[in-house]
Amino acid sequence: MSVMKRLQMIFSAKANKALDSAEDPRETLDYSYQRQLEMLQKVRRGVADVATSRKRLELQMQQIKAQSDKLEGQSRQALAAGREDLAREALTRRSGVQQQLTDLTAQHAALQAEEEKLTLASQRLQAKVDAFRTRKETIKATYTAAEAQTKIGEAFSGISEEMGDVGLAVQRAEDKTQALQARAGAIDELLASGALDDMSGTAKDDITAELERMGSQGEVELELARLKGELGAGSAPEAIESGPQAAPATAAPPGAAGTTNLAAPAVTPRAEEERQ
Amino acid sequence: MIVRVMGEGQFTVDVSHADLLNGLDGELERAVEAGDETAFRSALTELLDQVRAVGEPLPVDSLEPSDALLPAEDSSIDDVRNLLADTTEGLIPG
Repeated sequence: MSVMKRLQMIFSAKANKALDSAEDPRETLDYSYQRQLEMLQKVRRGVADVATSRKRLELQMQQIKAQSDKLEGQSRQALAAGREDLAREALTRRSGVQQQLTDLTAQHAALQAEEEKLTLASQRLQAKVDAFRTRKETIKATYTAAEAQTKIGEAFSGISEEMGDVGLAVQRAEDKTQALQARAGAIDELLASGALDDMSGTAKDDITAELERMGSQGEVELELARLKGELGAGSAPEAIESGPQAAPATAAPPGAAGTTNLAAPAVTPRAEEERQ
Repeated sequence: MIVRVMGEGQFTVDVSHADLLNGLDGELERAVEAGDETAFRSALTELLDQVRAVGEPLPVDSLEPSDALLPAEDSSIDDVRNLLADTTEGLIPG
């Protein structure tokens, strides 16, 4: 038998079964109406759940985007400092982070679609529930139990079909959201562990540390040059005083010019060691 | 006749289109039975496109039951199998 006919029979069998179980069919009207209201609640909760998941995803996307931008900035900085190796490392990490972002963007689109579908489903169900309430009052007021049977059957099977459809839609949205939440949890853990690198900016990742070290080394060199300049220009007498203490070790002939020159080599090797 | 596209809503379709829809429905059924995902996807998409093309959406506050039900567009072949396997309890809240 065809797919569309079989589905129709399955859905209408549900409605008939519920209807047949009641002694006075009019009793089923109120009961059914209660269930419809419950279903409306359920759909609305579903919409809210999907929206929550979507927002969580958006937050993660922002964090990952920030990390991607940071890595790009680092690669520029490294390249400007002539450290291609460091720039390459930063870009390699960035491509991994970008992959995550692409993944999350697709999940976000899926959740958004689910949210829209559920919102529409809740609006459709709301319209039908309102129509059912009106119909229910008319039937209860106008018809005897025997007469009501057909009328109730008509109203009942339409809304029951809608309830079945909406119920499945909510179920599906829940399943999808749960699967995505599990993945979102995994990403949160990654973010927390620092594997995607720290987003808070409190701890330093190794590329930042290296860039800062390079930066501070530049400052050390500048400071050294400044000190050397000072020693060379204004502090000559001091250098002469210390000169005799250092002089015995060297064979260099004593003299104002020679002693000042000694000061420079004495510092530079130490700076070389620091750079290693 | 009234056709419901699950997750989407109901459409009134003139009986003159019944043959066309039944033909596509037959393709869908064979694809489900064969477990042929590609054939399933194309049959379902075409069937739904046809219903939307020739059908008129029913007012949302209508309480009319449908004469035929079609799976939602994003259903997988397994989703449809599960729907069809449903007997009295379980999947479909009624």
